[in-house]
Amino acid sequence: MIDAILNAAPAWALSHAAPLLIMVPLFLAPLLALVPTGRIAWIISIAATGISFLFALILLGLVQTSPIGVVSYEVGRWPVPLGIELRVDALNAMILLIVTTIGLLSSIFSWPTVVAEIPKQKRALFYSAFLVCFAGLNGVAITGDAFNLFVFLEISSISTYVLVALGSGRDRRALPAAFNYLIMGTIGASFYIIGIGFLYAATGTLNMHDISTHLPELAGHRSVQAGFAFILVGLGLKAAMWPLHQWLPNAYSYSPSFVTMFLSATATKVALYALIRFLFTVFRPDYGFEISAFSAILMPLGIAAMVVCSFQAVFQTDVRRILAYSSVAQVGYMILGVSIGTTAGLSAGLFHLVNHAMMKGALFMAVAGVVLTYQGTTIRDFAGLGRSAPWTMTAFAIAALSLIGVPLTAGFQSKLQLGFALFDQGLWWAVGLVVFSSFLAVIYMGRVLEAVFFQPPVNPRKARKEAPILLLIPLWVLALANLYFGIAADFPLGLARDAAAAAFGVEAFR
Amino acid sequence: MSPETLILAALVLPLLIAAGIAVMGWSPNLREGVTFTGAGVLFVVIILLAMHVAGGERPELNLGQAAPGLSLAFKLEPLGMLFALVASGLWIVNSFYSVGYMRGNRERNQTRFYICFAIAIFGALGVAMSANLFTLFVFYEVLTLSTFPLVTHKGDAAAKRGGRIYLLTLMGTSIGLLLPAVMWTWVLAGQNLDFVPGGLLAGVDISPAVASALLILFAFGVGKAALMPVHFWLPNAMVAPTPVSALLHAVAVVKAGVFTIMKIAIFIFGTDLLEATPAREFVLWVACFTMVVGSLIAMTKDNLKARLAYSTIAQLSYVVAGAMLADPAGWLGGSLQIAAHAAGKMTLFMCAGAIYVATGLTNISDMRGLGRKMPLVFIAFMIGSMSIIGLPPFAGAWPKYELMQGAIDHGNVYLSLVLIVSSLLNIAYLLPIPLLALLPPPGTKEPKPFKRPDGAPMPTVVAPLITATLCIILFFAVGPLSDFLAPTVGDRVDYIADGGQP
Repeated sequence: MIDAILNAAPAWALSHAAPLLIMVPLFLAPLLALVPTGRIAWIISIAATGISFLFALILLGLVQTSPIGVVSYEVGRWPVPLGIELRVDALNAMILLIVTTIGLLSSIFSWPTVVAEIPKQKRALFYSAFLVCFAGLNGVAITGDAFNLFVFLEISSISTYVLVALGSGRDRRALPAAFNYLIMGTIGASFYIIGIGFLYAATGTLNMHDISTHLPELAGHRSVQAGFAFILVGLGLKAAMWPLHQWLPNAYSYSPSFVTMFLSATATKVALYALIRFLFTVFRPDYGFEISAFSAILMPLGIAAMVVCSFQAVFQTDVRRILAYSSVAQVGYMILGVSIGTTAGLSAGLFHLVNHAMMKGALFMAVAGVVLTYQGTTIRDFAGLGRSAPWTMTAFAIAALSLIGVPLTAGFQSKLQLGFALFDQGLWWAVGLVVFSSFLAVIYMGRVLEAVFFQPPVNPRKARKEAPILLLIPLWVLALANLYFGIAADFPLGLARDAAAAAFGVEAFR
Repeated sequence: MSPETLILAALVLPLLIAAGIAVMGWSPNLREGVTFTGAGVLFVVIILLAMHVAGGERPELNLGQAAPGLSLAFKLEPLGMLFALVASGLWIVNSFYSVGYMRGNRERNQTRFYICFAIAIFGALGVAMSANLFTLFVFYEVLTLSTFPLVTHKGDAAAKRGGRIYLLTLMGTSIGLLLPAVMWTWVLAGQNLDFVPGGLLAGVDISPAVASALLILFAFGVGKAALMPVHFWLPNAMVAPTPVSALLHAVAVVKAGVFTIMKIAIFIFGTDLLEATPAREFVLWVACFTMVVGSLIAMTKDNLKARLAYSTIAQLSYVVAGAMLADPAGWLGGSLQIAAHAAGKMTLFMCAGAIYVATGLTNISDMRGLGRKMPLVFIAFMIGSMSIIGLPPFAGAWPKYELMQGAIDHGNVYLSLVLIVSSLLNIAYLLPIPLLALLPPPGTKEPKPFKRPDGAPMPTVVAPLITATLCIILFFAVGPLSDFLAPTVGDRVDYIADGGQP
C-alpha cells in the first residue's frame, strides 16, 4: 500500500512531506478560530488530520526506500547545524504514523462527544486547539533540533491544558486537573530546556545529530551528565514515568472524552519517543552514566509503575481512572523494555507503544460512548451494558483482553516480545513481575467486564442504546486492529524493530 | 488431495461447521444435520491424514508468521494424530449423544452450544497438529476460551461461579507459568520453539537447576493436565451439561493438557535432558500423589459426575507419569492412556447423562436397582469402569501394563506400586455403581419412576454402547496402535531384546 501511495504522490508532496505534515494542521488551526460553526471546524480537522496521515505514510515509505534510512529536510534551506532540520528515520516515522492515525480516527469519532460536552460557541475554538496540539505532537516527533523540540513540546502542552480545562462543562474538577497539569508540565519543560542549555554549553550546537557526534569526546564532562539528568527527568515527567505521573489520572479523568482518548493514545507516547531519542541517538546506551541510569533508575521505575499503578487501578471505581492508572502501568512496560538496553528490548518497548495506542484508544472510545449515552463512568454505571450496548461493549472487551494480554490479541504479542527480551538478558525475575502485573490487569479489567456482561443493569430505564455510528466505526477499526495484529504482528513488529535499529544506528535486523 | 490441503481442511472444517450451525440455527434438524455431516467429513479427513502419517510422511503446513520467528505452523506426527483421531472420532459419537441429551433436557441456547463445541474441536485439532510451542499455546487458549460458554451454559449462579474458576485457573496457569516457560524455551533454544524429534533443548547446555525450573513451569503451567494442586477447575467445570463433561472434560480439553505435557517431554526435553533433570522425579511424585489422592477423594463423592471428575484427575496423572518416565515404554503407556481413558471415561459420563435425562438422579446412592430399568446403560457403565480399572480385555489394561513396564525398567518401582494401589481404589469407587444398580441387594427400594415417560432417549443409550465397544476394540488393536506410535515414542526393539515385552 505504501508503494502505491509513493507512486501516486506528486513530486512536491514527496520532497516537502516533512514540513507539510506539521504545516497543514498548524496553519488550519487559526483558520478554525474564524469558522462560524463547530460542524465545519470538525470537517476541516478531519481533513487536516487525514492529510497529515497521508504525509506520514509517504514519510514512512520514503524512509523505508531510502538507502540510508533517513529523510532530512532543512527548513528554509538553512544548512545544518545552523538551521532547523526535520529528520525522519524509522523511529519517528513510526511515531508519526501512530499520532496521525489516532488523530484521524479520533477526529472522526469526536463530533458526537463534542456536541454533548462542549458549549456551542466554543466548539470551533476547541477544534482549533486540537489541531494545534496535533501539530505540536507531530512537531516533537519530526524535528531534528533539540530546541525546536522544546518549542513543539510547549505548543502541544499549552493547547493540551486548554483542551483539558474545557472538560469543566461536564465536571468542574477539570479546572484543577488542568492547572495541576499546567504546573507539572511546565516544570517538565523547564527541566528539559535546562538540560538542553547544559548540552549547548558543552557542544555548542542544538542539532541532535550534531550533538551526538560531539558527545563521545565529552563523555566525562560534568555539564553533559547534568544535562542528561535534567532531560531524563523533564521528559520522564511528560511521559508520565512513575513517580512523575501524578498529573495524569486527574487530567485523563476529567477532560472531555475526546481529549482523553486522543491524549492517552498519543501524548505520553510522543514524550516517550523524545526520551528514547535522547537515550539512544543523542546519548549512546554504552555511556557509563547511561548504563547506570538504565539499571538504577529506569528499570526500577518501570517495574514500580507496572506493579504500583496496576494495584492503584484495582482500587478505583471510576472506569476512566482505572484506565488512566493502567496507562501509567503500561508506560512502565515500555520503560522496562527501553531499560534493558538491547535492540530486542527497545523494539519490544516500541512494539508495546504501538499496541498500547491501539488498545487504550479503543478503550477510551468505548468509554466515551458510554459517557455519551448513559452519562456515567463508574463501574456501577457500566453494569449490564453488555446487553444494552453490545457493539460498543464487545469492542471494549476485545481491547480489554488485549490490555490484559490474552493470546490472539496485540497485547499478547508485545508481552511475548518483552518476555523474550527479558529472558534474553537473564532477567527472569522481571518476567515474573510482568506476569504479576498482567494478573492485576486481569483483576481491574475483570471487574469492569464482569459488571458489563454479568451484572443486571442498575438503572432499569437503560433500554438498548448503542453509541452513535460515528463513534462505533473508529472504535471497531481499533478493536479489529487489536485482533488482526494479535494474529499477524509482522507489520507493527517490523516497524518497531526497524525503529529500534534506527535508534541504535545499526542496520535493520528484520 | 495433498496432505497439506488435508491439514488446512481439518482446521477450516470445524469453523465452517460452526458457521453452518449459526446459519441453520432456526431449524434444529438442519442444524444437527450440519454437525453430523461436518463431523463425519472431518473424521474422514483426519483418517486420511493418519494414513499419510502411518506411511511415514510428516506433512507440514505453515500458515505464516505471527511475528518474526513465531509461525502458526502445523506438522503431523503419530502422537498428535492419535489425539486428533480420538477427538474428532468421539465428536461424532458425542454429537449423536448431544442431540438426545439436549433435546431430552429441553436445554436453552442449543445453537450457541453446538457452535462453541465446534470451535472447541477446532482448538483441540490445532493443539494436536501444532508444529511448535507457539502454535500449541495459541490453540490451547482457543480451547480454553471456547469452552467457557459451554461450562456456564446453564447461566445460573453456580454455573457462573464454576465458569469463573474454570477460566481463571486455566488462564492463570497458562499465562502465569506456561507462557514464561515458552518464552524461556525460546531464549534457551536460540529463538526457536519447534517440536524437534529427540528434543529441541537436547543439544543445548542447560544447568540442571534451569531445566528443573523449566519443567516445573511446564508441568503446572499446563493446567489442563489437572496435576494437583491445579486440578480444582475440573470438578468445578462439572456444572456444564453432560455432553460437555463427556467430550471436553474427559477427552478434548484434559487430553489437550496431558498431550501438551507429553509433547513437551518428547519434543522439547527429549530423553536425555529429561533424565538429567532433577525435577523429573518431583513431577513424577506429584503425579503419583495426584493418582492416589484423586482416587481417594473420588470415593467420598456421592454425586456421580463429581466422582467421575476426580477419577479423571487421577487418570490424567497416568499420562503425566508416563511422560516423566522418559523412556519408550512410559511414553507408549502414556499415549495409549490418552486413547483408552478417552473411550472409557466418555462412556461413563454419557451413562451419567443418560441416567440424568431419564430420571433426574445425580447421586450414586439413589441409583441402586436402577439397572433393572436401564440395563444397557449400566452394562456400558460396567464396561467403561472395567476399562478404567485396567482389566483385560478392555483398553485400559495396556497403558497400565506399559507404565508398569516402564517404571520397573526405569528404577521407579514405587510407580508400579502406586499404579496397583490406584487400580484397587478404582475398583472400590467405580465397580459398586453398576453392580449395585444391576444386582441390588435384597430389600432395596424400587427406584423412582422415570422423569420422562419413555426413559432415556435412544441416542443417549446407543452412544455409550458405541464407546463401550470401542473400549474392547482398542484392547485388541494395541499392536497396530503401538506400531503407529513407535516413531514418536521411540523404538522398543531393545526392550524386546531384553525379554521385557510380550
